[in-house]
Amino acid sequence: MFTVLDMAQPDKLEEAFEILAKRKNNTILGGCAFLKMSKKRIGTGIDLSRLNLDYIREDNGFIAIGAMATLRDLETNALSRDAFGGILSQSVRNIIGVQFRNGVTVGASVYSRYGFSDLLTALLVLDTEVELYNGGRMPLQDFLQKPYEKDILVQLRIEKSQRSAAFSSFRKSASDFAVLNVAVSSLDHQWTIAVGARPGRAVIAETASRALSQGHLSAEELEAAAKIAADELSFGTNTRGTAGYRKALCQVLVKRGIMEVLQCKSN
Amino acid sequence: MQIELIVNDKSVTWDIEKDEFLADTLRAHGFLSVKKACDTSCCGLCTVWMDGKPVLSCSILSMRAHGKKITTIEGVAQAAEEFAHILTAEGAEQCGFCSPGFIMNVLAMKNELDNPTEDEIIHYLTGNLCRCTGYMGQLRAVKTYLGVA
Amino acid sequence: MQEVSLRNVGHSIPKIDGLSIAMGKPAYTEDLAMPQALVLKILRSPHAFAKIISIDTSKAELVEGVECILTYKDVPKERFTLAGQSYPEPSPYDRLILENVVRYVGDEVAIIAAVDEKTALKAMKLINVEYEVLEPVLDFEKAIGHPSVVHFEEDLTCNFDIGLHKEQNIVSSHEQAVGDVEKVLKDCEFIVEDVYYPQAQAHAMMETYRSFTYQDHMGRLVVVSSTQVPFHIKRQLARALQIPAAKIRVIKPRIGGGFGGKQTGAGDVFAALVTLRTGKPAMIIYDRQETFSCTTSRHAMRIKVRLGADADGFIRAIDLEVLSDTGAYGEHASTVLSCVGEYTLPLYNKTKAVRIRGNAVYTNKMPAGAFRGYGATQGTFALESAVNKLAERLAIDPTEIRLKNISQKGETFLTGHGVQLGSTALDRCIKKGREMVGWKEKFPRQTMSGAKIRGVGMAITMQGSGIANIGTASAEIRLTDDGNFALLIGATDMGTGCDTILSQMAAEVLEVPLDKIYVSAGDTDTSPFDPGSYASSTTYLAGTAVIKAAEELKGKILAQGAKFLGVSKEDVIFEELSVRRIGGEGEISLAKIAEQTILGMGNLQLAAMATHGSQISPPPYVAGFAEVEVDVETGKVDLIDYVAVVDCGTMINPNLARIQAEGGIVQGIGMALFEEVRYSNLGKMETNTFMQYKIPCRQDVGNVRIAFEESYEPSGPFGAKSIGEVVANTPSPAIVNAVYNAVGVQVHHLPVTPEKVFLEMLKQQ
Repeated sequence: MFTVLDMAQPDKLEEAFEILAKRKNNTILGGCAFLKMSKKRIGTGIDLSRLNLDYIREDNGFIAIGAMATLRDLETNALSRDAFGGILSQSVRNIIGVQFRNGVTVGASVYSRYGFSDLLTALLVLDTEVELYNGGRMPLQDFLQKPYEKDILVQLRIEKSQRSAAFSSFRKSASDFAVLNVAVSSLDHQWTIAVGARPGRAVIAETASRALSQGHLSAEELEAAAKIAADELSFGTNTRGTAGYRKALCQVLVKRGIMEVLQCKSN
Repeated sequence: MQIELIVNDKSVTWDIEKDEFLADTLRAHGFLSVKKACDTSCCGLCTVWMDGKPVLSCSILSMRAHGKKITTIEGVAQAAEEFAHILTAEGAEQCGFCSPGFIMNVLAMKNELDNPTEDEIIHYLTGNLCRCTGYMGQLRAVKTYLGVA
Repeated sequence: MQEVSLRNVGHSIPKIDGLSIAMGKPAYTEDLAMPQALVLKILRSPHAFAKIISIDTSKAELVEGVECILTYKDVPKERFTLAGQSYPEPSPYDRLILENVVRYVGDEVAIIAAVDEKTALKAMKLINVEYEVLEPVLDFEKAIGHPSVVHFEEDLTCNFDIGLHKEQNIVSSHEQAVGDVEKVLKDCEFIVEDVYYPQAQAHAMMETYRSFTYQDHMGRLVVVSSTQVPFHIKRQLARALQIPAAKIRVIKPRIGGGFGGKQTGAGDVFAALVTLRTGKPAMIIYDRQETFSCTTSRHAMRIKVRLGADADGFIRAIDLEVLSDTGAYGEHASTVLSCVGEYTLPLYNKTKAVRIRGNAVYTNKMPAGAFRGYGATQGTFALESAVNKLAERLAIDPTEIRLKNISQKGETFLTGHGVQLGSTALDRCIKKGREMVGWKEKFPRQTMSGAKIRGVGMAITMQGSGIANIGTASAEIRLTDDGNFALLIGATDMGTGCDTILSQMAAEVLEVPLDKIYVSAGDTDTSPFDPGSYASSTTYLAGTAVIKAAEELKGKILAQGAKFLGVSKEDVIFEELSVRRIGGEGEISLAKIAEQTILGMGNLQLAAMATHGSQISPPPYVAGFAEVEVDVETGKVDLIDYVAVVDCGTMINPNLARIQAEGGIVQGIGMALFEEVRYSNLGKMETNTFMQYKIPCRQDVGNVRIAFEESYEPSGPFGAKSIGEVVANTPSPAIVNAVYNAVGVQVHHLPVTPEKVFLEMLKQQ
């Protein structure tokens, strides 16, 4: 059973970080849906709800998403819903249910870097920056590769552009965790393919993305790129699927993702 | 610790433990309509509204309800009963254990969505599990309630 | 009974408790518990099979707020079964409340009772147990003759010879054969042989298992329990705790679903023991993880089927060989095993020989138990899959092979002891279902755009209505002092609506509005005996008991009214809540009769009590049709449409019958496509949350459409049969068949997962 000894609701980020740094078991509280299932013994739980971080807004050519915005906000907010073919909204809309998404925060979802995360996969094919209180701004990909350090995720910043994108998540049943999820995007003939729930954390299929960007998008090249993605990434086995099946799915979903992006471009 | 909040339009001050969750606090104060069934934030039975939005009260630390407005089915009895009559006319409450949370989400949906399609209804209510009815009767009831075909 | 126009029966009346429970009024076990009740937690075994060498609770007992900690040293030494079955139970007495041997991961080691949950959990961590770990039996196909013996104790007993060979891990052996199957098979032109593996399924009712106990003013033990079987729980507790049954009262409040799970005892005995030891109220609530991993599931099975047919397409022989995994304890092991044949072999009646043979085996996993369908579900999956295969071999449409072979009204069965089939509309169900699903246009497959292929598949099934010669139900109706009726029943409504439909039947016979009747049910002190809600019994057995009691009471009211009017009973009728003289002056209202008999000097409370048991168990039927869409690149199966046409005899309450059918079908869809109780290779259950064990959500079920083809069962109340279980059986074989018809993949191991379909398609290429 998870326990909390104390609780803080700081008014300033500095204060929040101070408390966080003070003790090893002091922890930032997100929506608590996942935290609740853990056996963590938390010293001071730090609630960021007084810091006005629940925004999704335009900020100098970026979509800025505050750490305390909920998945449901991301799903329904006009700005996030309309950008990039709606993949931000799509990537979260099948996570459990509305009530769950009204509680779970974007900040906690990204900071936790869960392997099964649908959102991370979608964010990876966009020009996403993570802003940490202490660590500053960095591309999402760098953040994901960074070792865990105690910090506060303040906001995400996604560069606005004409980027086309598609997201798909393969689930055995509608509200299950994904067996595999795939996001594909394209801007100025530069393609990005990301694959998550492998079941490891989402990564970009670099070689496949490059191959696709350099070619002419013929049917054969699409197939080839999808195969490269399946070959270059590593897959694992868990209760939802074997590595071999995930690899096969990867090829299919990547191919479909590319085709969907091409289709929305031609529309 | 103490929290001050508004429950069903009444201001209350409650003593709580710091790691207590809202569903337990509400039950301890007599709001027995709030049921729990999963322990993993995914069944929807404990649905209440926080500041008008449907949330899982089993996963919200009670201290975070400080200063908030909480609504249970007891607080929207009239609207809930209107729908409950339609639900029971279908027989779609069956064991009834999931009904209060389900009804709270149906009412929330009615407040949030205008003329939802069948797909939108199903999507909005996905987080409410039911093992008795197979969902079809609930869908018929919701469509009757919303006056959609 | 003749068919007349009915005012209550046959009408979709909302459940009499519906509005209250939908609105969240306190009506369930936890809602009714005293706030100061001790909280119970159970320390459970981390090992699949082990002996407890030592157990030290001394540190834990020092924790402030701990009331008591009980181990195997503190319990009676009489073995019992948790199976909720009529005495003498055909399940082995193979348990102690706590034992120094643990037989599955989750088996109980110690009971901790404390003032609150936190204290109990804190104390639990301080209990020190030393185990001698034994080699567990995990693979049920290797259980027979395994070097480890799950039940090596000497004092294990059983009331019947169920073919128990505990040294071989066989809890029950069963064989039933009529005719010479081998010989008939030899003469058949077509033989189909296959093996199927229906999996363990979790009941996953929304209200987990829970029980609240206290001692009343006479020192009797009162158990408020979320159970389907209050009378059986009373008897179980008396044996397990070694106290007289007269000292126990079991009360069943509203319960949040059961599906057979709550036909097996769970935490009652632990809470009861704590109350007896401490004299204090106690409550046990199983969390979801315990509900998944420390109660019961459906029996996983391996079923080998051999079918023989002649050149004309008549099925002449059916041979089933069953291996059933009963887990660590033998609740319902022998009966579920025999029901595999009981509810499948009579489906087809051109047979010359039929046989079922099989064993139920002990393994070191969570016990299996009763689950809606009770063996018929597993048997139907196997038999109907094989019949679909046979139809293909014979090049006969699957619907036609059924129409050709199914049982007809008035027929007897090879396994049926000469009992004639009193009613069936199965032929109409099949014809209606294939029309509704568009069988002629869609069978076997349609290629869609993209990488999608749709297929249709079908299956039929039967169940029983009560247990012939065993099941019995009683009902009492009293005219109350206020001129209303108290209906006392032992039947246990678990959301299914039996309190309502039994009231409907009483109102129908008594010719009074439904609101004149109030129900008192599920209390072993005040309710007449009823074994409980299981085996699809309640409508059929309790319903008939209610009718008998109502008829008798009506006669008494007429006689009493006539007496007051000074005429003979033959000269009066009952109408508009009054006894009236036929064709003449004079009437007396029901209220007046009540007043003048019960109050003052009347000295007579009119009441009637009736008991009903049946020598037969007439089968309800379902024809199920599935349309699926398979993604050929991923193996994903989407259910597009499910049509089930049901013959439950007369529908007492059409809306409640429909909801029962829809719910059962969706539970069957879950079994077909999503659900599976799975263990690690150390025997630990991996599917112990709703995150890991996926019951269907709203988006998973496609469109489920139910239709009814009524028949009239002469032995049933108003012509009714049962509906509770039969609806769970068709989805697995129908969906598996639809997938086969779409992409040629025959799934033998349920559930049908995308990966299985994908891998099989890959093999075909």
